[in-house]
Amino acid sequence: MTAATAHGAAVVEPAESPLTPESWGKLGMWIFLAGDAVGFGTLLAGYGAMRATSADWPNPYEVLGINLTAIMTFLLICSSVTMVKALEWLSRDDRNRAKMFLLLTAIGGAIFVSLQAYEWTHLIHRGLHINGNPWGASLFGTSFFLVTGFHGLHVTAGVIYLLATIGVVSRRPRAMDSYNFVEITGLYWHFVDLVWIMVFTFMYLL
Amino acid sequence: MAEHKHPNYMAIFYYLAILTAIELAVIFLPIPKVIIAVLLCVFAVWKAALVAMYFMHLKLETRTLGLIAVTPLVIATLLVFVLLPDGLAVAKKTSDEKKLAAPAAAKH
Repeated sequence: MTAATAHGAAVVEPAESPLTPESWGKLGMWIFLAGDAVGFGTLLAGYGAMRATSADWPNPYEVLGINLTAIMTFLLICSSVTMVKALEWLSRDDRNRAKMFLLLTAIGGAIFVSLQAYEWTHLIHRGLHINGNPWGASLFGTSFFLVTGFHGLHVTAGVIYLLATIGVVSRRPRAMDSYNFVEITGLYWHFVDLVWIMVFTFMYLL
Repeated sequence: MAEHKHPNYMAIFYYLAILTAIELAVIFLPIPKVIIAVLLCVFAVWKAALVAMYFMHLKLETRTLGLIAVTPLVIATLLVFVLLPDGLAVAKKTSDEKKLAAPAAAKH
């Protein structure tokens, strides 16, 4: 019992998150990500069902090409590593290194989106449109642009989120003050990477 | 604040990079497409699990949080089967229409 309650004043003890004792924000992010994963899961499940029942679905890796996408996949995995490195440097009380790694992560994300824009432009020129394409089922283009576009939107949001996180780390005087914040940002960023692993496999390789 | 445990991130990175390379190699293997598809699904889930367990620290979290994280995967998998009958009905209708159209076209 605290001194305040002993004197009869109303004190609201901050309740601890039961699943993530270090912060409520982390639980919030996990629940958001679970919801977002249902969104991606729905898109991919819909893609799978459409493809399974289509007679003239084009062979994705022949139409889309996987060389550039393989590089993009590798880039996103690298950016996940720089993200965890940022967190590691924060726990070692080195804010400047942590900020540098956060910036590298954001740059990785920005390059990813740029490469995606290049890929889209290239494919559109070759005839892949949202409502049709020269290779077969018109839903192929629809699902491709919808799923990769939804993911690209997440990467774009992630880059903005990372830049804002650098701002937070700069403003908070001690490295450990922003540890939870950066870890939560990391959860989002790794989720985007995780989703791309799925998208890459289901939409390009399979 | 308490010490934060960090897994060996670089080891996970090499693990992921190698799995990606294997995935790229698998699609050119001279084996039936079904086996390739199953292998690719296994590798995708494997890589996703590595990212979730080590990069997102799910391995260090409580079991209940893990259950929250796994729920969408279960829902999405079920959804494929929910959507299949609908898609199969469309496919059947299309092939029926083609069958009907074929003799009609032959008469002309």
